[in-house]
Amino acid sequence: MSNGTVKALNQEIKNFIPFFLEELKPKGKIITPFNVISGITIFIGIILIIYRFAFGLGAATNLSDDFPWGIWIGFDVVTGVAFAGGAYVLTCAVYVFGAKKYHPIIRATVLNGFLAYVFYAGALLLDLGRPWNVVNPIIGNEFGYSSVLFLVAWHFLLYMMAQFVEFSPAVAEWAGWRKLRKVLGSLTIGAVIFGITLSTLHQSGLGALFMMAKDKIHPLWYTEFIPILFFVSSVFAGLSLVIIEGAISHRVFRDQIPEDHHATEEDITIGLAKGAAGAMFAYFFLKLLVFIHEHHWTYLGTPMGYWFLVEMIGFVAIPLAIFVEGVRTRAITPIRVAAVLTTIGIILNRLNISVIAYKWDAPFHYYPSWMEIVITMTVIFVEIWVFRWVVLRMPVLRKSPDWVEDSH
Amino acid sequence: MSISRRKFLGWMGAAGVASTVGRSAGAATETTEFVGTLVDTTRCIGCRRCEEACAKENGNPVPDPDDVSVFEKERVTDYKAWTVVNRYETEKGIVSVKRQCMHCNQAACASACLVNAMLKKEDGPVIWRGSKCMGCRYCMVSCPFDMPKYEYHSVIPKVQKCTYCFSRQEEGKLPACVEACPVEALRFGSRREMLKIAKSRIARQPDEYYNEIYGEQEAGGTSWMYLSKVPFDQIGFNTGISKTPYPEFTKGFLYGVPVVFVLWPTFLAGMSILTRRREQADEADNKKADEKETAKKEAPPADDAKE
Repeated sequence: MSNGTVKALNQEIKNFIPFFLEELKPKGKIITPFNVISGITIFIGIILIIYRFAFGLGAATNLSDDFPWGIWIGFDVVTGVAFAGGAYVLTCAVYVFGAKKYHPIIRATVLNGFLAYVFYAGALLLDLGRPWNVVNPIIGNEFGYSSVLFLVAWHFLLYMMAQFVEFSPAVAEWAGWRKLRKVLGSLTIGAVIFGITLSTLHQSGLGALFMMAKDKIHPLWYTEFIPILFFVSSVFAGLSLVIIEGAISHRVFRDQIPEDHHATEEDITIGLAKGAAGAMFAYFFLKLLVFIHEHHWTYLGTPMGYWFLVEMIGFVAIPLAIFVEGVRTRAITPIRVAAVLTTIGIILNRLNISVIAYKWDAPFHYYPSWMEIVITMTVIFVEIWVFRWVVLRMPVLRKSPDWVEDSH
Repeated sequence: MSISRRKFLGWMGAAGVASTVGRSAGAATETTEFVGTLVDTTRCIGCRRCEEACAKENGNPVPDPDDVSVFEKERVTDYKAWTVVNRYETEKGIVSVKRQCMHCNQAACASACLVNAMLKKEDGPVIWRGSKCMGCRYCMVSCPFDMPKYEYHSVIPKVQKCTYCFSRQEEGKLPACVEACPVEALRFGSRREMLKIAKSRIARQPDEYYNEIYGEQEAGGTSWMYLSKVPFDQIGFNTGISKTPYPEFTKGFLYGVPVVFVLWPTFLAGMSILTRRREQADEADNKKADEKETAKKEAPPADDAKE
């Protein structure tokens, strides 16, 4: 880099601080129903988080020796990360396969993915009994190479960085870093490819975490193919969430979205639904193969069998059919309904493996305490607040400033 | 400067590439001679001196061994009681069974641990090290015997379980419980030796013993092994435990990791290059078409071609 470039970069960073302080101020109406509800939840949640650290996990949660993992792992981390899958699927479509159609929603999706990792993987810290040791697998005190969790931990860290690089052009455009913007934009494709690889491995890795709980998870859910099923389902989990998020964004952030994007929204939603339906079909088919291959017919007549059918028929097969119908008739409402059903199905599936069908036969089964639920809601609300803060300031949904040459 | 193989693998692992290389948890191989304990439940009188000795040795609350009311219901170990004795009514009378961590040959907990806080020592004991542990409880999810226990009400929680008195072993002493047993229901030595003794007892008194050694193959073999006069499911054991060492269940996935790490980026990079080429070709085509159209309408100015 030439001397002039360095100087320009320095100047850009110097100007940033007063600009940032100005941007911190809230925009828009402060007293809204959403703000009041989420604000109160976050307030209580913060008190509960302090309480949890002051008195230990046992005071705030229903965890026990029999159920070491509750909804903070099963929902926040395992389900949250599946929902964040939209980011790697869409970046793959746009940057690797050149599906330019989805470009208008790419930044919102990547931002959502990035924040999901920061907050949901971050929620892991609440669940760790000795969180000050969380850096140990990174700094080498010690490297547990034989652990799936070691891989997942590293991948979370690396993928957060990759996603930040993917999103960084938006930050640079917001802050007016013209020189830096060019550098960051050129990194996108590398970060995308690295990010897809990481995602493939840790989406399936989250499933592989449960491989050693062989005797604890109900046979209808435990299979050696859990890692593959987790990966495939993260594709439609992510896409469904992108559909839902798009529908909400179009109401909430209407003035942020350029006119021509409103026009393509229908097209984008149908495309996403097509992708989701394809992945869901593959998933359903795989599940069916596993079911037949492992001779699980006899379990179907039991209460857990009915529960399995609720998940598979009610929240996989039916939304799949609705997706297909929505794509065929180009109708947006059914697609959105299907997306909601699908996300419920993903929540059910992840919770089944990590919590519900885990030691399904235990005499005293775990259920979350009210504090676990409020803290989980706090994490979600804070994520939404940060998402809104960023969308209202940076070019996420709206167009990049005119000085930007390429589009990343 | 020499770099040890372990350190090198460590760096590789840090890069997220080689988290799978070689080494299964505990470096358990056929040639390693692990320590072993044989629990002969036909000899156990349920006196609970082992519980008492264990608690004293490890600074846990010491139980009253003469209090028989504890037998009223089946107990499990917890963070302050690392071994418990239960009594079972069986077809062949009352049987007392001491339970504690089994110290698996290839320990699920140790292979699950992302920081090697749970560690399979070379001579057999599986121990926990607080300076490494982040308290994620993945060891508890993975252990087929549910032995790691957690201090849920502590601000600095420890994962607690039988340590096999490894520090006593290092001093050449017996584990506290074995030393305390008044009837030689517990016997300590090398695992191989204990297996031999167990088999000869079954062979010599086939009517006295159920023909199986719990722990010989369970979870791929454990350091603690049991003899019984009745089938093991009658005395509180999970007989559905896989004979495969539990770390094997994650191996398939872990072996796939380096493959994906090499093939995926190559494939994706190739695809993205192809996509870009196609786009450039399309653009060039469009430009040509545009030019033709403009040429039809009017002669194009020369400098437009640069666009």
